[in-house]
Amino acid sequence: MTAQRPTLAVFKLASCDGCQLTILDCERELLAIAERIEIAYFLEARTRTLEGPYDIGLVEGSITTEHDAERIRQIRSRCKTLITIGACATAGGIQSLRNWADVDEFVRQVYASPQYIQTLATSTPVSDHVPVDFELRGCPIDKKQLLMLIVDLLAGKQPRIPRYSVCIECKLRHTVCVAVARGVACLGPVTQAGCDAICPAYARECFGCHGPKESANPLSLAEHYRERHHDPRPLVHLLSNFNAAAPEFRQTAARLQSAPSGPAQGAN
Amino acid sequence: MSTPGIGTWLKLEKPKLQQLIDALRDSGYRVVGPQVQDEAIVLSDLGSVEQLPIGMIDEQDGGYYRLRADEEAGWFDFVVGPQSLKPFVLPPRETLLSLQNTGTGWQVRTCHKTPSREQHIRASEAEGQVLLQASKTPEVDEPPVAVLGVRGCDLNALAIMDRVFLGGPYVDPRYQRRRESLFLVGVHCRRAAPTCFCHSLHSGPALPAGFDLGLSELDECFLVEVGSQAGARIAEQLDGEPPGHREIARARAATRALEQRMKARKSATRSIDQGRWLDTHNIRQRLLGNLEDPRWDEVAERCLACANCTMVCPTCFCTTVEEVADLSGENVQRQRRWESCFTWEHSYTAAGPVHPDTKSRYRQWLTHKLASWIDQFDTSGCVGCGRCITWCPVGIDLTEEAAAIGKESTHV
Ligand code: SF4
Ligand code: SF4
Ligand code: SF4
Ligand code: SF4
Repeated sequence: MTAQRPTLAVFKLASCDGCQLTILDCERELLAIAERIEIAYFLEARTRTLEGPYDIGLVEGSITTEHDAERIRQIRSRCKTLITIGACATAGGIQSLRNWADVDEFVRQVYASPQYIQTLATSTPVSDHVPVDFELRGCPIDKKQLLMLIVDLLAGKQPRIPRYSVCIECKLRHTVCVAVARGVACLGPVTQAGCDAICPAYARECFGCHGPKESANPLSLAEHYRERHHDPRPLVHLLSNFNAAAPEFRQTAARLQSAPSGPAQGAN
Repeated sequence: MSTPGIGTWLKLEKPKLQQLIDALRDSGYRVVGPQVQDEAIVLSDLGSVEQLPIGMIDEQDGGYYRLRADEEAGWFDFVVGPQSLKPFVLPPRETLLSLQNTGTGWQVRTCHKTPSREQHIRASEAEGQVLLQASKTPEVDEPPVAVLGVRGCDLNALAIMDRVFLGGPYVDPRYQRRRESLFLVGVHCRRAAPTCFCHSLHSGPALPAGFDLGLSELDECFLVEVGSQAGARIAEQLDGEPPGHREIARARAATRALEQRMKARKSATRSIDQGRWLDTHNIRQRLLGNLEDPRWDEVAERCLACANCTMVCPTCFCTTVEEVADLSGENVQRQRRWESCFTWEHSYTAAGPVHPDTKSRYRQWLTHKLASWIDQFDTSGCVGCGRCITWCPVGIDLTEEAAAIGKESTHV
């Protein structure tokens, strides 16, 4: 386990750095990781960088500029295995709210000198631009899942990241369902597990950080919610978060907002 | 006082139920009972009768659960909450085996919490193989559990689980350990929720055999029926007296009256004041003979494939086993976790999932539960506890679905 350690590179696009911080947050495990993997390029952690190509590339962030769209192609060509991490890289992130709004208007609101800003009208996931080998979801990613992924990569196994619902995690830890027992709108039944259902464990609804689960059916949840509670706004807000541009979430949010009855307009 | 025999009764003033908790604890049990936590009645460690949800009622319907105080309610007039006995015999997650690379071979520990039995296994260097010798009896290093307030449906569900894990040639030793040390204090129901339909499956509202002690609640006292030798040893520590025949008759009548009321509400509608009913007549054929019924498509449009129904079901026994290594690759654990036929992973094979979509998954759940379970275990997989209805986030009702499947083709 010496000379032939696989090399790892970590890249950042449009993002908040939270996922990279999760890597650094693996404090106790970092030494063990460094023993098995050569950390070749990770600007947030060390200034020394090694030339590519790299065995494993981790990409945080979404594509929001022409420059990044070009950069991701280069990154792809230099990484044997490319893994995107976090809601920005896998779904476009919270910044994808611009995708169905006027981006120039946003720029004018936010920046003192908008003339210096060059940006695309959309924020898109990396997989819209280059082939991606695996997507690790979350906002931010979960440390345990990241370690699991690294262990599986090193062993040459298919990653065991589950694609099932957050509800399963609630039940495994005996959390009483907030949707059923409190009537709170919860995205857990349509969201992929991975967080150990931390929000319901604190009597909060699931915010959908890990994006749509496999076979997600948010439309049914929305219909049920509308029937029971009439006001779909809480659900629209939840669906229009970190994974707002994930197609399943976006379709349902749009459908709820455009519905003739109910005060859903202007929810964003 | 001499040891009461099996089948004898004891009359106990209500506050003296504390003596039961104390006697169980003094006998080495971890006592678990119903109490309010996070807006629901859950099963949790119980030290005092004051923790019991006395005077509370649960309102339950599809996707709906609320608690409220009720003046008429006694000590046990709520019904089942989200948890069944399942976690006490089949924990949601457990480690089956730990392996450690010692440099010359693998050290194997079959363990639950603390390692109990260690074996050093030699690696066969010639073939690069590891010889694993499984130890015969894994220790389950937990105190025995006593559960207070077990209902008829859940006791029947446990009997079904026994067939799954203890019946036939392959016995699950971990299940067996926990099951054999489980002490069950049952309660005959006096009230049912609209989601309860135990009467359709003959699994309630009265307790079946299988409890150690059975409680009947009267307004002024409890009657305690001794159901086992273990129960007798606890009962002799209680400061009660033999009840009169009329008291026993009154206790029995209350549960019988409830059963009559449940039978009278024969409808599979979703209205809160009407109860559920599962028509079991010819159900195996009705479901398995109508695998392409359009109703499966309709329910698949509503179903979220979230798996809540299977997680809360007291008889759903599916688990998956994973090998989990640490970063060094030198320490490996074999872990078992609840699994559900609503997940993609459940039926995943080299050729992809056998149940690729929600329709095939819902069909798997309903047909296994109510039809092919009969072929497999000679019993229905459902006891009518209603949990899958209450805890389904969109309130899908299996009695309603089962009634609708094959409606056209089989109404003879
Ligand atoms: S609280 Fe939310 S995530 Fe948990 S079981 Fe209920 S609906 Fe699912
Ligand atoms: S199928 Fe539903 S009603 Fe039947 S035992 Fe399971 S959870 Fe209870
Ligand atoms: S219904 Fe599904 S989860 Fe339940 S035992 Fe059958 S296959 Fe397993
Ligand atoms: S029937 Fe209900 S609880 Fe079961 S998987 Fe479907 S939506 Fe979830």
